[in-house]
Amino acid sequence: MIKAVMVMNTQGKTRLAKFYEYLPVEKQQELIRGVFAVLCSRAENVSNFIDAESIFGPDSRLVYKHFATLYFVFVFDSSENELAVLDLIQVFVETLDKCFQNVCELDIVFGYSKVHTILDEMIFGGQVVETSSSEIMKAIEEISKLEAASNAITLIPKSASGWRSR
Amino acid sequence: MEQLRTFGRELAMGSQGGFYQSKEFLDLVKSIGEARSKAEEDRIVVNEIDTLKRRIAEPDIPKRKMKEYIIRLVYIEMLGHDASFGYIHAVKMTHDDSLLVKRTGYLAVTLFLNEEHDLIILIVNTIQKDLKSDNYLVVCAALNAVCKLINEETIPAVLPQVVELLAHPKEAVRKKAIMALHCFYQKSPSSVSHLISNFRKRLCDNDPGVMGATLCPLFDLITRDVNSYKDLVISFVSILKQVTERRLSKAYDYHQMPAPFIQIKLLKILALLGSGDKQASENMYTVVGDVFRKCDFSSNIGNAVLYECICCVSSIYPNPKLLDSAADIISRFLKSDSHNLKYMGIDALGRLIKISPEIAEQHQLAVIDCLEDPDDTLKRKTFELLYKMTKSTNVEVIVDRMIDYMISINDNHYKTEIASRCVELAEQFAPSNQWFIQAMNKVFEHTGDLVNIKVAHNLMRLIAEGFGEDDDNADSKLRSSAVESYLRILGEPKLPSGFLQVICWVLGEYGTADGMFCASDITGKLCDVAEAYSSDDTVKAYAVTALMKIYAFEIAAGREVDMLTECQSLMEELLASHSTDLQQRAYELQGVIGLDAHAVEFIMPSDASCEDIEVDKDLSFLDGYIQEAIEKGAQPYIPESERPGVLNMGNFRNQDHHESSHGLRFEAYELPKPAVQPRIPRALLPSTEIVPVPEPVYPRETYQTPVTPIPSNPSDAGSAELKLRLDGVQKKWGRPTYTPETSTSNSTSQKTVNGAAQVDGPSTVNSTRETYASRKLQVEISHEKQKLAASLFGGSSKPEKRPATGHKVSKASSHMLEKSHVPNSSMEVASEKTAPAQTPPDLLDLGEPTSTSTAPSLDPFKQLEVLLDATQDASAANSATSASRSPDVMALYADTPVGIHNKDEADLLSGMSNMSGATARPQPTKGSSKGPNPKDSLEKDSLVRQMGVKPSSQNPNLFKDLLG
Repeated sequence: MIKAVMVMNTQGKTRLAKFYEYLPVEKQQELIRGVFAVLCSRAENVSNFIDAESIFGPDSRLVYKHFATLYFVFVFDSSENELAVLDLIQVFVETLDKCFQNVCELDIVFGYSKVHTILDEMIFGGQVVETSSSEIMKAIEEISKLEAASNAITLIPKSASGWRSR
Repeated sequence: MEQLRTFGRELAMGSQGGFYQSKEFLDLVKSIGEARSKAEEDRIVVNEIDTLKRRIAEPDIPKRKMKEYIIRLVYIEMLGHDASFGYIHAVKMTHDDSLLVKRTGYLAVTLFLNEEHDLIILIVNTIQKDLKSDNYLVVCAALNAVCKLINEETIPAVLPQVVELLAHPKEAVRKKAIMALHCFYQKSPSSVSHLISNFRKRLCDNDPGVMGATLCPLFDLITRDVNSYKDLVISFVSILKQVTERRLSKAYDYHQMPAPFIQIKLLKILALLGSGDKQASENMYTVVGDVFRKCDFSSNIGNAVLYECICCVSSIYPNPKLLDSAADIISRFLKSDSHNLKYMGIDALGRLIKISPEIAEQHQLAVIDCLEDPDDTLKRKTFELLYKMTKSTNVEVIVDRMIDYMISINDNHYKTEIASRCVELAEQFAPSNQWFIQAMNKVFEHTGDLVNIKVAHNLMRLIAEGFGEDDDNADSKLRSSAVESYLRILGEPKLPSGFLQVICWVLGEYGTADGMFCASDITGKLCDVAEAYSSDDTVKAYAVTALMKIYAFEIAAGREVDMLTECQSLMEELLASHSTDLQQRAYELQGVIGLDAHAVEFIMPSDASCEDIEVDKDLSFLDGYIQEAIEKGAQPYIPESERPGVLNMGNFRNQDHHESSHGLRFEAYELPKPAVQPRIPRALLPSTEIVPVPEPVYPRETYQTPVTPIPSNPSDAGSAELKLRLDGVQKKWGRPTYTPETSTSNSTSQKTVNGAAQVDGPSTVNSTRETYASRKLQVEISHEKQKLAASLFGGSSKPEKRPATGHKVSKASSHMLEKSHVPNSSMEVASEKTAPAQTPPDLLDLGEPTSTSTAPSLDPFKQLEVLLDATQDASAANSATSASRSPDVMALYADTPVGIHNKDEADLLSGMSNMSGATARPQPTKGSSKGPNPKDSLEKDSLVRQMGVKPSSQNPNLFKDLLG
């Protein structure tokens, strides 16, 4: 299962942090700092994997990918495959890119809720539920459309039975 | 990545790309981004918190504005600041009708709250309502919150709705519902145990997304209970087949691979189901082979699938064809330039060598490359692999490498791990005890107290027992080398406590045993230790006990004991110590010093740490006394349980003993049954720290009988915290793993390691160490890697480390040894190192050349001396055998050297008598196996020193009264 997803920039500023097991804020910060300390000591052209047991406790691995000014970090346990998680990061970033058209760091800051929505489509309760970038995009577009609609028409028709009567 | 180049624009952008941001938020992000210090950033955030606190409490905030505030709160909390004042507003937002606001509210609460938070109670109701909503996005948001916020108690409140949603027309909802159910299962399996079948049903979902998601909970379920899901093997295989045949929609293609993530999950599940199950595995062979064939090596994800295939192949019942393909892929991974693939290759290799160990050899160079790679991750992975493939043939290289790496890193966590691995490997495969001690010393020195204290205890035990063979000469050499190395190490500053304990114990037990160091040297060092680590009571306690032993040995050897002044001041300090344990030890030491030689020798026999101490629990030796007392009219003792007055208590206790603790216990923790003390303080027994091994290992332990009259209770002596419970600790060193293969060492010594050849421990050890060292040198000069590889992988090229046999045989023939020993002894001494009695004569010839080169501590001159003295030794040995317990014999040749005042000569003599002691040692008839001889030499030594010849004694004044 995925334990945490983090996005941080090369200065160590957190851009996104999502922990799938509850941790108090201070602990989260400590972990983020720990991860950043390891990341920035990594040379170029080394593997994208880090043994994260000293930071996250037993049975935890970390895969990161460096894009422009950002590190994308996934922390997970032995039930995932490192290379596959690396591609999962790729899927995530590709989706971000499709969604924001040429995504940049600030998009992630300002499109905070949207980034979370994308992540929620991909990873649900720590499990990877969707890995197809186009499927995710479809869902996101639909959400955006409905959200816009619900904003325009403030009153959503509320029939109690709804879909269940079908 | 190409498409992300634009990340570089960063702060250049302003208006575009922002979705719900206001000028204020933009400014906040900007100013935080520009903050030059953490303090500045904190100040900005604190200001922001103030603003938000004020604003958020205002009445009638427009929803849009409110939403932005919440997002800002989330942002602040992400930066590590407390935003709890806004939680309630986030909860309120979940009640909102607007989808946008509601979703933001749900997002905020899932980030802010956990399932134990007080505000959850306010949300459960909303969640219940939203799960019934006809807007599927609302349902999805609620399901998301369910996963994060519903705890065991609230599961029943939402469970019915979630189960209903499993049949929702929207696949996104079905997917999330199944995952929510999985979350419930993880939190409380019993609450959803009746719904497990739903997971199986969803596997047949029309939508591949739902099917793929269902694999996650199924993987979990199968991990916990494989056998209930064996029937699904066929389904999984057919799904995997369909996936590889591209039957899924194009949307799931990723880099031209059909649904690779689903393939990976399926392979993982198959690996679980096929593990150790031939029948199930046979169903999988074809499809796994297909996956192997169809994967594309060029893409990352293709390699991910291939790696998973290898994992699967190495887990299921082995199939040679698949193993071959796996080996091919591994070599491709290892040859790749990508560190990621190398990493995966090393990992995969580690899995595969369990099944086919031979494949490691073809990749040796690649593995060495990885070991020397600057990438830490790769290096660690490689160490993991090496750990898995350690054998007795390559343990030295591997452990040395590990220790070097361990020294070079700072990461305490990994240091501990690698240290414990070193210890484990060394214990399991140690080629020689010298090597083991050196390796352990390094580990201790550099990892300090990170290693388990048990390791320290094992080390002490090893030093005390040697390898359990009868070669006492080897044992004493081992001890001497340990003592020597410890005296050297003590010079280093700041040693870890556990290590100091070992050092103190060994110095106390064997510091003066070989006569190389005099008591004042050792005691001085021990006092230094106690002084330098004065905050560590445990170390101090060890030091005091060691002092006591040394003084006891001195007294037993008939010498006057002169306490160094520093030692005296230490005693004074400890006699008034706050620690009762230290105090007791100090008093005991005082007590021992006051006793006469005979008593001391009785309570503190030298090198008795391995002796069994029998505790006569029935106290039968008091029977006579009791009888006498009863005859004189004393009341017989009635056991507590039979006394009428305490009947209840007794009953309770009996109950307690029989059925495990129902009802109350009225008594304190059980105390160890107190042993009766004869006339000596019981804690004075030697090395009671070591609880003796249950089975007698040495033939010399036949000499238990004189010891047994002292009914000592080991658990009673000393403080509880200091006890070394070594019984039951498995003896791991070496032997069982060594194959008694004929050693073809490159040195001159072609030793036939047959059962009878009791080749002397140290000499073999030395020669092998030598070959090792020379090889190592070679390694460094030419083709370093290849050599290293050879030492790691090529087991056959390396001489077998230890003569693995001998032990049992010699044990069996130990009684024979006793007889045949004496006539041979002069021969032995002459050849100095070759095997005793039962050695075939031709071995003597072979042994000789090595022994001269490999006995560094003894010079030829000494040997000569010994030769000259051999006759005397032989006669001494003879008389020793005849006399059952012979202090007179001891005196006989203890007297000879007394007159000698020349230091050198004295040393020689001590060395000699030490050796004579060694030769005499295997005689079980002697008092203790070590006999009086080492003591004897000690005595000589100290006498010479007391005459003022040796300047090492810091305080010559001390001797004044002695001399007169």
